[in-house]
Amino acid sequence: MTENTSTNKINSFQKQKNKDEMKKQVITFVLMIAFTIVAFAIVGTGIMQKMFVIPLLLILALVQVGFQFYYFMHLKDKGHEMPATMIYGGMWAALLTIVTLSVIAWW
Amino acid sequence: MSIAATQKRGFGTVLWDYLTTVDHKKIAHLYLFGGGFFFLLGGLEALFIRIQLITPENDFLSAGLYNEMITMHGTTMIFLAAMPLLLGLMNAVMPLQIGARDVAFPFLNSLGLWLFMFGGILLNLSWFLGGAPDSGWTSYAPLSIQSPGHGVDFYVLGLQIAGAGTLIGGINFLATVVTMRAPGMTYMRMPLFTWATFITSVLILFAFPALTVGLFLLMFDRMFGSAFFDVALGGNTIIWQHLFWIFGHPEVYILILPAFGLFSDIFSTFSRKRLFGYTAMVFATMLIAFLGFMVWAHHMFTVGLGPVANSIFAIATMAIAVPTGIKIFNWLATMWGGSIKINSAMLWSLGFIPTFTIGGMTGVMLGSSVADYQYHDTYFVVAHFHYVIVGGTVFGILAGLHYWWPKMFGRILHEGMGKFTFWVFMIGFHLTFFIQHFLGLMGMPRRYWVFLEDQGLDLGNLISTIGAFLMAIAVIVFLYNVVHTAIKGDKAPADPYDGRTLEWTTASPPAHYNFKQLPLVRGLDPLWIEKTEGKGKMTPAEPLGDIHMPNGSILPFIMSLGFFIAGIGFIFQVDHSAWLIAVYVGMAIAIGCMLIRSLKDDHGHHIHKEELEREAD
Amino acid sequence: MSQDHSLNPETMPAEPEKATLEGKNKFFGLWFFLGGETVLFASLFGTYLALKNSTAGGPTSNDLFGLELVFLMTILLLTSSLTSVYAMYHMKNNEFKKMQLWLGITALLGLGFLACEIYEFAHYITDYGFTFRSSAFGSAFYTLVSFHGGHVIFGLSWLIALMVRNAKRGLNLYNAPKFNTFSLYWHFIDVVWVFIFTVVYLMGKVV
Repeated sequence: MTENTSTNKINSFQKQKNKDEMKKQVITFVLMIAFTIVAFAIVGTGIMQKMFVIPLLLILALVQVGFQFYYFMHLKDKGHEMPATMIYGGMWAALLTIVTLSVIAWW
Repeated sequence: MSIAATQKRGFGTVLWDYLTTVDHKKIAHLYLFGGGFFFLLGGLEALFIRIQLITPENDFLSAGLYNEMITMHGTTMIFLAAMPLLLGLMNAVMPLQIGARDVAFPFLNSLGLWLFMFGGILLNLSWFLGGAPDSGWTSYAPLSIQSPGHGVDFYVLGLQIAGAGTLIGGINFLATVVTMRAPGMTYMRMPLFTWATFITSVLILFAFPALTVGLFLLMFDRMFGSAFFDVALGGNTIIWQHLFWIFGHPEVYILILPAFGLFSDIFSTFSRKRLFGYTAMVFATMLIAFLGFMVWAHHMFTVGLGPVANSIFAIATMAIAVPTGIKIFNWLATMWGGSIKINSAMLWSLGFIPTFTIGGMTGVMLGSSVADYQYHDTYFVVAHFHYVIVGGTVFGILAGLHYWWPKMFGRILHEGMGKFTFWVFMIGFHLTFFIQHFLGLMGMPRRYWVFLEDQGLDLGNLISTIGAFLMAIAVIVFLYNVVHTAIKGDKAPADPYDGRTLEWTTASPPAHYNFKQLPLVRGLDPLWIEKTEGKGKMTPAEPLGDIHMPNGSILPFIMSLGFFIAGIGFIFQVDHSAWLIAVYVGMAIAIGCMLIRSLKDDHGHHIHKEELEREAD
Repeated sequence: MSQDHSLNPETMPAEPEKATLEGKNKFFGLWFFLGGETVLFASLFGTYLALKNSTAGGPTSNDLFGLELVFLMTILLLTSSLTSVYAMYHMKNNEFKKMQLWLGITALLGLGFLACEIYEFAHYITDYGFTFRSSAFGSAFYTLVSFHGGHVIFGLSWLIALMVRNAKRGLNLYNAPKFNTFSLYWHFIDVVWVFIFTVVYLMGKVV
């Protein structure tokens, strides 16, 4: 099976592709670190009101997680439709659970 | 691999074969055996409950024992009987229906099975080790926190282990359907039972983790002094209810969707017609699964979530009636104008439609949050969920067993006895539960161990108990039928019912590699297509070649045993810390097995082409 | 089925982790498992959010948490995510030695994270008397964060077992999927941590 699917060697095209991909991932990483610093900075300095900070923190976290999934874990690539479905399904169930427990567990 | 060869082998060899098997067909046998055993236990518990309620103020069972009975009846039937029996049918049939030689993770399949077995045994050991759990199958905190003794601890650990097994099984089925469909078997050509297996597995995947967490919280509170449900330290018991029902409501769809799937296959086979509205059926299944995740709080209407939350959940609940209605009408339309053949599998399916529809209607009634205050915790609820779970799931399991018995065991169940079983069970079932609607409306609360004389409840309860005994008789006849068939039953041909789907292209029972050559699928109901075009058998999609098969392994059994030992240790370490040794030993065994599995390469084996050529078709 | 032979650049498929059916199964199986894990952690997060103000008179999140240590832990774990990406990059280029090196760095960063976490817990227990049993908030906090920590421990054991087992034989189609599934799992641990530092620590500091 291996023999048919394999290319004769890792050709320069493939290698270049991997390299480009890696470059994107490093950029992603830099952005993630930047987001983290921003998040810690606004909380650490306390320059913002609570009403703004919490949504902002959540947005920063969501974007970071998107980076992890789509770039580090390659969810953007072909052949990831089913994994994406299951992750989104899980996130939907997760969202319902979290909203419920934080909104209607006490009243 | 023929049956004759199997029969010649000694008992020890057969036992070892089953303990180490990773073959989905044998794992199915074990699931059916284990699930069947627990079904009988749960049935026995049900009979004890009904005997206790045969007359007013009966003293057949003590109050405490009655609480243990209802708890164990519910828990056993849901987790240890209905689900394993369904998983057994899925294991037996789904890989055949998609034209696969095995499942994606044969080793994990076996691990899931043994975790279920040991979890079930652990839970039932409680009867002998100081009393069974007694806080209801829902095990609401703070009742479950206050419950003395170890009963609830057995519930927690038993379900944790069995639940892990189910989760593993679900992931395995998902990957199998995604990667292992035969050439040409697109998603929209899969039989409805395969679709149901797939969507059920999705539900398992998203629902069970909530139970896992809930059980952990309960375990920490009971055994390690945490304060999740301890109101004095700021805990909140409603968290348990939410987590339990976030799992619990999808769970009822985990129970019913496979039954929906197999009824679809049966109706289409015995009406000799293509399933009416195939696409609508698939999307209705998805819609039920989707909505099924957003309705759990209808179990909690009387908790006091407030009118807004109650209304949202009430509307979502009633919305499920729409896709379910689509299904009911599609089944009717499938039969309409078909050349219907009625045998025992078909009888169970026909009996299912009115029975389940009644359960669905009471479901809509209960879904109305305002009216629910009246029905809540009465026998009306008991009647409702028995109509859907027995009328849907148990009827489905029995229909599936009669339908696929020849494929699974190579012999056809006796028709006469099959029909007798159906009629007695059907009559017994309606006697038992129809009257309970009215008992509930008259105000009889559930879970009470006695009721008082002359409140209009006497006759209804007597009738209900008589019905329960009729169901017991039906089950005994079915068991006799199984034994009879094993000894004297007719050998089954490959395709006893003039079937439509791929499982009927294999021998009965199939060779352990299922398909010598993978079939080429050219549409929905692939075998039927070939039949209508005059060929009658599948075109192979590949030349005859070596077949790669996984190796058997004893590790899943030992690993599950390790978790079982650790579970016992966790339960009793509260009494004496020496029991912690059992925790360490058990975990060491389990982790050791994981490590062996991880470090030792297992490439499986090949069945060579020459060998395959020697075996006759 | 030449799974047993080491790969060399001549027989290297573009995606060694998905070149065999077993590899593909592992890939999908792990992803689906992560879908389930999402709900598992959501249940824990939900419980934490419901109980985060139930301090029973004990220390609150604002009293306890210090951002410096959490920032360090975050950087360690985020970086370990990148290093495992590097490892997968070298796997695709079939450079086994470099892959092992990057995986080794990943393991060290993971260990560093774990050490910080243990220090943090010890600090809360000894300096504040804040334990698993002191309040519902304590139970929820330790449970959520330890479930994540437990995942880190499991991931590290998995990684070390993989590295040791395959140290001498190089990359092949049998073990490439294993390395790949590990890296997916490791990224997911990082995803969970992103939510933990946001929801537990940062939002716990915002009063």
